[in-house]
Amino acid sequence: MPPIDIAARVIANARLSSDYSVLSLAAPEVGARTLPGQFVMIKPEGVTDPLLRRPFSVFEVLRNAQGAIIGVSILNKRAGPSTRRLYDLEVGDVVLCLGPLGQPFKTVASPAKAWMVAGGVGLAPFATLAESLAAGKTDTTLFYGARTGDELFYLDFFERLGVTLVLTTENGARGTKGRVTIPLEAGLKTLGTGDTAMVYACGPEPMLEAVAKLAARYHQPSQVSVERVMGCGLGGCYSCVVPVRHGGENANLVRSCLSGPVFDGAELVWE
Amino acid sequence: MTPDLAVSIGSLKLPNPLIAASGCFGYGLEYDQVVDLSLLGGVVSKGLFMTERQGHPPPRIVETPAGMINAIGLQGIGVHRFVKEKLPLLRERGARTFVNVCGTTLDEYVEVCKVLSDAEGVAAIELNISCPNIKEGGIQFGCSLNGTFDVVSAVRKATTLPLIPKLTPNVTDVASFAKAAEDAGADAVSLVNTFLALAIDVETRRPKISNVLGGLSGPAIRPIAVRMVWECYQLVKIPVIGMGGITDARDVLEFILAGSTAVQIGTQNFVDPFVWSKVLDGLKDYMTRHNVARLSDLIGAFDPTPPKATHP
Repeated sequence: MPPIDIAARVIANARLSSDYSVLSLAAPEVGARTLPGQFVMIKPEGVTDPLLRRPFSVFEVLRNAQGAIIGVSILNKRAGPSTRRLYDLEVGDVVLCLGPLGQPFKTVASPAKAWMVAGGVGLAPFATLAESLAAGKTDTTLFYGARTGDELFYLDFFERLGVTLVLTTENGARGTKGRVTIPLEAGLKTLGTGDTAMVYACGPEPMLEAVAKLAARYHQPSQVSVERVMGCGLGGCYSCVVPVRHGGENANLVRSCLSGPVFDGAELVWE
Repeated sequence: MTPDLAVSIGSLKLPNPLIAASGCFGYGLEYDQVVDLSLLGGVVSKGLFMTERQGHPPPRIVETPAGMINAIGLQGIGVHRFVKEKLPLLRERGARTFVNVCGTTLDEYVEVCKVLSDAEGVAAIELNISCPNIKEGGIQFGCSLNGTFDVVSAVRKATTLPLIPKLTPNVTDVASFAKAAEDAGADAVSLVNTFLALAIDVETRRPKISNVLGGLSGPAIRPIAVRMVWECYQLVKIPVIGMGGITDARDVLEFILAGSTAVQIGTQNFVDPFVWSKVLDGLKDYMTRHNVARLSDLIGAFDPTPPKATHP
């Protein structure tokens, strides 16, 4: 389905911490079309600062009490002027929301397992993916790393879906101390010949590289959601390119808005 | 009475003056699912050389106040793949396709234009002698009056297609370049390409994009672009196609009043890919309010009489 653009009212902007918020937008037509892993391009309406929209994975497809889709939310982390502005939005403000865009995750079914690996704000695409996997009764684990215990969000949400949680924090306040790749590698070691775990990853670039390489080392497939500076989200500007290699070919720079943001981890070339 | 938005660039008739700017609209087909390409006056392709190019490494863009700096580096599929893979689809969709032609040498410009002259479905050639972001070719022609005259003359001999050199604003007197292009046989000129610019990350003391320098576009440049269009309009007889930071119908009208026969919309595509129908509606509304039957009557209708002082 083609993407559409909605001048969406802010339904809620739940501050999860001093840096993170979940921004809920009244964009039912976007929500109804969204597949797990797809993204939206958003900016506050009527301003030239910021001029360009910013890409965000759709975090949740929002429903009302009757189950009808009413919009989408994004998981926002304050990192610069634009995300600070989104963090400060209030109910009733209007945000331009173009989407859904990009290639979604491919889901897997039993006997294959699904292992989602999230670093920080990289949790964003996994709420909708977990719902989709749960609907298909796929055995699903979330490896989730954050800086501190206070920045591990939505754990109840994933538990309710029957997702096994493996948590890490940099300060050791919750879960295992250290990086999320430590328990991931431990898990990969336990897989027997013939076992398949589809490794899904979203988070900081070094984490993505480490996860994709770990999956390859243990002969498991991976799907990686990358983040790039993006101008348009529609393939017009050629800003968001990533190097990708198919088979033995030389690496090509492809647009992550059209060919991604989800890529086969084995095809991404790390620089 | 329906307002008449049609304009002519030499022999080329356009149903309206709105053209998608090169580098801001992919090859046009990327926008097929959100815009009816046949409703646009025209679509300018990404810049094309004879062969494929990878462009610069990311980051390729950075946002600046009311604008953005880009150095994509003319990543592109080359003219042959364009003719084979994109042109037939653009034709099918009823797009009036302008092809932006690049070259590292004078001969390459000529060769690319020859390929396009033999292809079916090219409405016009926009000669890119103004890209600020690659070292070889392009700008070296566009920043010298002799270079501009020579490359336009050479291409003029190789094609009968409408020929539109795209001018850089990074010169002292852009109108003299429009004149050089006209003298060499150009059918029109388009301006402005982007302004050479630099954004520095003060934390790291390094550039914000990989190419260090890039081209500034967006609303930030619009008043400078309007001024340059006006200067060119006063000096040359061939049509001027204006661009630079257009976001809505009022911006389009500024360019037309300053002397643009047609306009290009670039960066605003990124902000709002649905801009086209909004601008068309805005133009019709303006024409109705001002009792203007033909939009072409407004070309150069700017009245430089100073405004009366007003109290805010």
